[in-house]
Amino acid sequence: MAEPLRIDPTAIIQVATELYIRALKILPPDIKAGLAQLQERENHPTARSVLGTIMENIRVAETGHMLLCQDTGVPIYNVSIGRNVAVDGFALKEALRAGCAQATRDHPLRSSVVHPLTRSNEHNSCGRGVPIIHIDFCAAEGVLEIEMIPKGSGSENQSWLKMALPADGVAAIKTFVIDCVLAAGAKPCPPTIVGVGIGGTADACMHLAKIAATRPLYSSCDDPAAAALEVELGAAVNSLGIGPQGLGGDATAFAVHIETAATHITLNPVAVNLQCHSARRASARITREGLSYGF
Amino acid sequence: MAHYRLQCPITEGQVSELRINDTVTLDGSLFGIRDATLIHLFDRGRRTRFDLSGHAVIHTAPNVHKVPLTPEHPAGYAPVCVGTTTSARMERFTAPLMRDYGVRLILGKGGLMADSAAAFIAFGGAYLAVVGGAAALETTWIEAIEDVDLDDLNPESLWRFKVSGFGPLLVAMDSHGGNLYLEVEAQANARRAAALVTLGVMP
Repeated sequence: MAEPLRIDPTAIIQVATELYIRALKILPPDIKAGLAQLQERENHPTARSVLGTIMENIRVAETGHMLLCQDTGVPIYNVSIGRNVAVDGFALKEALRAGCAQATRDHPLRSSVVHPLTRSNEHNSCGRGVPIIHIDFCAAEGVLEIEMIPKGSGSENQSWLKMALPADGVAAIKTFVIDCVLAAGAKPCPPTIVGVGIGGTADACMHLAKIAATRPLYSSCDDPAAAALEVELGAAVNSLGIGPQGLGGDATAFAVHIETAATHITLNPVAVNLQCHSARRASARITREGLSYGF
Repeated sequence: MAHYRLQCPITEGQVSELRINDTVTLDGSLFGIRDATLIHLFDRGRRTRFDLSGHAVIHTAPNVHKVPLTPEHPAGYAPVCVGTTTSARMERFTAPLMRDYGVRLILGKGGLMADSAAAFIAFGGAYLAVVGGAAALETTWIEAIEDVDLDDLNPESLWRFKVSGFGPLLVAMDSHGGNLYLEVEAQANARRAAALVTLGVMP
């Protein structure tokens, strides 16, 4: 077996800083392609104008190295550790936190994170349990990947969980998704990615919805039953006419994304988490060959 | 569908000319407000030294950079990114902003609700929709941060921006009861049943 890939936690501080700033300034290519596709299909004049402004904003941000959106979001770091990787996990978490604070201080960025009761802002985008850090393991050899998502609050405020009854079946899931999109209306900055979690426990279901909402466009759920439902619900959501910014039009959502987990015989949980049109994310990949950034 | 180029303060007569689907571009002063600003002004009894009468306010909390005081940066802040936040959270403050401070125009994203719509009719005001999430573009319309009040609430301070060519913004709620959000919402709710039929949920 090859020598393990050794991760230096102090080097992760800079990676966490870079990821936060990249995510806020460079929109992933799949989202840009999605916007162009929505613009091509759009029939409503106001919607065409709104989509044009959204695309103009991306051009202004990327050519001027500016933030795409003022909302620096709740910072989320998703870490995936491959096999044969030697890393001090605790030090890694500390480094992500330090990097998040460094980005906020040095850029500078608006710290959007406050204590939930006192509402005090530490002005470093950190707080109790924030940045949110998820760590998981994957089969790839000698790889560590970090995904950064600045989750905007306009769309995060549009989040729901329903513990439906098994007897209400898939019909309850479909109805719930449609009703959530209707209730969200103009508020989440449509066109959105509608993230749907199905199954698991209450907390797992909500987490699945977030994974779905932040998944790249033009991807499908690897659960075939859910993949078919993604297509069906996507068309239904875009028949509602809410449109970009809720001002009317065809483009209410880029897509409906679903993630599933097995659940209890007595449970039928469904969760919805929306992602706005500025569906920002950035990723870093560390291997024995070095460090590279992507989306 | 007319286009208006406005510089605040404006009169009730100027507001009453605005109809939904018209567009507006602003020059001059624009005030930035947010949840905490409004909570402190209306729930905690604080006052601002700014005269908001006839003015436009925008639902925002900008990214700013602290800089030395210069003629270019008279408040000691340079804008980094000024965008627009979801207006609905601040719904209950529209009427007091208009009644107590004389505000005429509210800029935001996602629209406001019934109490605000009634306030626009009662006091003579309108809601101008900014494209949310298009903050880089919006920042290029800000010439300077001219002044700031209630700055202990930073970034939710009360900001006075100097803007140039801020727009075009869509008149989405007017002083005559016109409301684009209500129209779209009613249409979407009417389409719910058909969507559920295609999903096989309803016969």
